[in-house]
Amino acid sequence: MTKPLLIADGLTKRYGAVTACDKVSFSLDEGEVLAIVGESGSGKSTLLNMLACRLAPDMGEVRYRMRDAETRNLAGLSEAERRLLMRTDWGFVHQDAAQGLRMNVSAGGNIGERLMAVGGRNYGGIRQAAADWLSRVEIDTARMDHKPTTYSGGMRQRLQIARNLVTSPRLVFMDEPTGGLDVSVQARLLDLIRGLVADMGLAVVLVTHDLAVARLLSHRILVMKNGHVIETGLTDRVLDDPQAPYTQLLVSSVLAA
Amino acid sequence: MIPPAGPILAVRGLAKSFTLHLHGGAQLPVVTGVSFELFPGECVVLGGPSGAGKSSILKMIYGNYLAGAGEILIRHEGAPVNIAAADPQTILAVRRRTMGYVSQFLRVIPRVPTLDLIAEPALAVGLSRAEAMARATALLTLVNLPERLWHLPPSTFSGGEQQRVNIARGFAGNHNFLILDEPTASLDAANRDAVISLINARKADGAAFLGIFHDQDVRDRLADRIIDVSTFAPAAKKAA
Repeated sequence: MTKPLLIADGLTKRYGAVTACDKVSFSLDEGEVLAIVGESGSGKSTLLNMLACRLAPDMGEVRYRMRDAETRNLAGLSEAERRLLMRTDWGFVHQDAAQGLRMNVSAGGNIGERLMAVGGRNYGGIRQAAADWLSRVEIDTARMDHKPTTYSGGMRQRLQIARNLVTSPRLVFMDEPTGGLDVSVQARLLDLIRGLVADMGLAVVLVTHDLAVARLLSHRILVMKNGHVIETGLTDRVLDDPQAPYTQLLVSSVLAA
Repeated sequence: MIPPAGPILAVRGLAKSFTLHLHGGAQLPVVTGVSFELFPGECVVLGGPSGAGKSSILKMIYGNYLAGAGEILIRHEGAPVNIAAADPQTILAVRRRTMGYVSQFLRVIPRVPTLDLIAEPALAVGLSRAEAMARATALLTLVNLPERLWHLPPSTFSGGEQQRVNIARGFAGNHNFLILDEPTASLDAANRDAVISLINARKADGAAFLGIFHDQDVRDRLADRIIDVSTFAPAAKKAA
């Protein structure tokens, strides 16, 4: 058995009297997709930001198995080490693509920038990699030199995914990746994400309030409410046979289309 | 190929009761003391009236419902795994390699072409893209799905066509143990025959099947044994 890729150990965050996240612990294996679900204010985004080193926990720690197979406490990394990790081995897909892209840089530049950040210097090679990734996320390479401002919402999201995956990360954090998109665009994006995750063997921590998205993409679910983990388990088990009162409420509140 | 000796599935003292927290914590007992074994090359059918808990038993075995008590031992890669107590990662590994499930309804990601849907379980067990596609093509031919539909997503297909896509997908992983929850419910006679031959061919290869079939004719042609689930009714349910 290989060791877990990511371990959250007692992660706690308070904002004044409000506990946004209370002693959350779990581990994630390589290639595993974990969905964190719950309504707004449940603490799921706070948890995601602590996991991804974007927010310091008040208590607890995150440990990660680095590419050299050593598991390290992320709080103990130097700023340079952490930046390298975020640029190479990790990805972060924001709900609002504008947060994850440079809107006044061309699509090709957006992808190439991540390669240059890890030492890519060959212009032709970088441009080729950018073109390959654009076609992989189903964007016409003729649009390569256009800025994302000229892209539709769905295209921007696909570009953001390409930018994140070009360095072949092992772990990607996703914050409502299909939120705010038209339903038709959502289905296509979900299928794309699912294919890429399977092909690349990515581990994913996915935050979503959409249980259908969690069902389609994730292996495991963590249900959160008021900063606490209410229930966790195999995705279809949690959704089809929820045990906790809150999970039963959540599942039964979804309108069947 | 699995060795013929020993059960591939052993269920012991399995029980299930639902707690409806949104309805004052009402208890809904479903089954208790469910015990039986399933051997390679065998097709066992769960019988009993609607509401007896047949589907719930299948879902517990698949890990889709949480077992209230008891053991569900599945021979997975030579060693027994207790699904009732296994962690999610283990259950997923068993589902990938050993245990498949064909439900009554097709539930897939929208807008994915049929061929890709069928190839997916084959890819998951490590077949190459070409091998997976060849297997998908062979299965769709066996279940008589017209070739003009293969490259279309199944959402607009008829009930019977969707069910055949579902069956082909269920068989694509080449599992040693398949759970069948009414897979022939909306098929016409010719297509029912095709599915029965498919099941019998896999049985001859040593695969084991556990299923629910309401159709008397299908049941007679497939079942080696029938287990009457109403004998597992909890006392509270018998009284009611």
